[in-house]
Amino acid sequence: MSALRPDLAAIAEMIPEGARVLDVGCGDGALLEHLAATKRVDGRGLELSQQNVNACVARGLPVVQGDADTDLVDYPAQIFDVAILSQTIQATRSPSKVLKHLLRIGRLTAVSFPNFGHWRIRLGLLARGRMPQTRTLDYPWHETPNIHLCTIADFIALADESGAVVQRALALGEDGRTRPMQSRAWGPNLFAEGAIFLLRSKDAN
Amino acid sequence: MAEASNPIFLRPLTSPDADIGQAVAFGPEHPLALDAGVTLSPFTVAYMTYGTLNAARSNAVLVCHALTGDQFAASQNPITGKPGWWNTLIGPGKPIDTDRFFVVCANVLGGCMGTTGPAETDPATGQPFGLSFPLVTIRDMVRAQAMLLDTLGIEKVLCVIGGSMGGMQVLQWAASYPDRVVSAIPIACAARHSAQNIAFHEVGRQAIIADPEWCEGAYYLQGRQPSKGLAVARMAAHITYLSEAALQRKFGRSLQNRDVVSFGFGPDFQIESYLHHQGLTFVDRFDANTYLYITRAMDYFDLAADYGGVLAEAFRDSETRFCIISFTSDWLFPTVGNKHVAHALNAAGANVSFVEIETDKGHDAFLLDEPEMFATVRGFLNSVAAHQGVK
Repeated sequence: MSALRPDLAAIAEMIPEGARVLDVGCGDGALLEHLAATKRVDGRGLELSQQNVNACVARGLPVVQGDADTDLVDYPAQIFDVAILSQTIQATRSPSKVLKHLLRIGRLTAVSFPNFGHWRIRLGLLARGRMPQTRTLDYPWHETPNIHLCTIADFIALADESGAVVQRALALGEDGRTRPMQSRAWGPNLFAEGAIFLLRSKDAN
Repeated sequence: MAEASNPIFLRPLTSPDADIGQAVAFGPEHPLALDAGVTLSPFTVAYMTYGTLNAARSNAVLVCHALTGDQFAASQNPITGKPGWWNTLIGPGKPIDTDRFFVVCANVLGGCMGTTGPAETDPATGQPFGLSFPLVTIRDMVRAQAMLLDTLGIEKVLCVIGGSMGGMQVLQWAASYPDRVVSAIPIACAARHSAQNIAFHEVGRQAIIADPEWCEGAYYLQGRQPSKGLAVARMAAHITYLSEAALQRKFGRSLQNRDVVSFGFGPDFQIESYLHHQGLTFVDRFDANTYLYITRAMDYFDLAADYGGVLAEAFRDSETRFCIISFTSDWLFPTVGNKHVAHALNAAGANVSFVEIETDKGHDAFLLDEPEMFATVRGFLNSVAAHQGVK
């Protein structure tokens, strides 16, 4: 098994042994496979790309081809211990609705996303006057699938609006390492390349 | 216990002596209570098996055939001489690997390849059933298959798989016998027959009924057969199995053996000639009354209706693993209907995979060479087998 992407490794570390997990935007199933192998997790995936879904199913992972923007409504409340949204929220049409559905479906929700407040991105726009293209966000503005990028501060605001309580917050550094962060401080929003949040709904007991 | 036997069957009129594989005759002590409220007894289930049942009896795969299919899924068809209809999927080293799995495929109830149907002799009268044969449902077909598995000593199947009407049987199996089904692969199907599909079936049935050779279904003893009606039914249905893109690609507006149109009603176009061929070859292997009965069984299929209109209830607490497969160009059983089943399974908390395969081959794709489908079935079945400790 190849090494997991750093944000996925950080999420994997947050998942309890034997949990029921829904990975929304599960890609090629790397996280689900890792969780099944290392934590006996009962994992399910939802993935938009047909090739990715076929690859997952051919590897024996239970994955449904579908769209986070339209299909999450069909999942009953609280049927998963953890709902995961890794590097996907910025590509959804309605991040707010998707996040609310995840908070409803999962007792806990893990979200990772690239931080658009990172200093390189800010400097790029300031210095060059062009839409930023970085190592992690390597698309010209007209080709990017990332239609709803946000900063860590923006995400905190959305989480507050969505009635989410932050259980854990990790900053993903340029070195690929994750560190606990004070999510509302200005530092991580400037220096973290990405962030990983573990949330739960205020409404859930 | 029911006894295996080799009774004499009334085949489609053109092939009265064709081999029907193996058969189990269920005598008066094993009646089949049908949804129609009547009991069928005695009756016979004809079937084929491929591979070997292991000592733990844990490697059985039940294959359910579609409307015009039969038990010869992976071996030469005794009437047409053609390879089995799922020869691409089932066999040694193939996705359903007969070196590892014991494959069972039975002719459905109401069929015309050895299982009791309208063309068989009614023991009460000594005459062919014809229209006195009771209406059967998908659930009745599944009940008969369950009785066959009992006879074969198979308590649990590793997988039930089928496409189209075969997929309906798969869903019915998972709903009716959740404890007997480890995994299920419904392909290109739906949890209920749509108005459009019922409409197409009715066109086919009316074509048969309008044929004077049909004789109110009693054509058997008169040496007659509503071949024209059955051929038209097949032609109309065959269009629904393809896609506009595939028809355009294969035939376009090409003419058949001519350079200009004839200004008549002969088969000018290749597509016409192709459909005529489909109709003609079909009547040599299929019974017209069976066509009426089985299309009706599909029309009546509405799984949610048996569970208060909530499909998820059909799969409540199911431990079966599901893998649903649909095809992008299938307009007879479109992706949306397959996905509806996946959503219901999700809502029931069941273990479900759903794959939509990109192809322009329409509904027929499930019978054709579709590498993505093969990879999906192979991968899914391998993981189920590994989970169950089946080598």
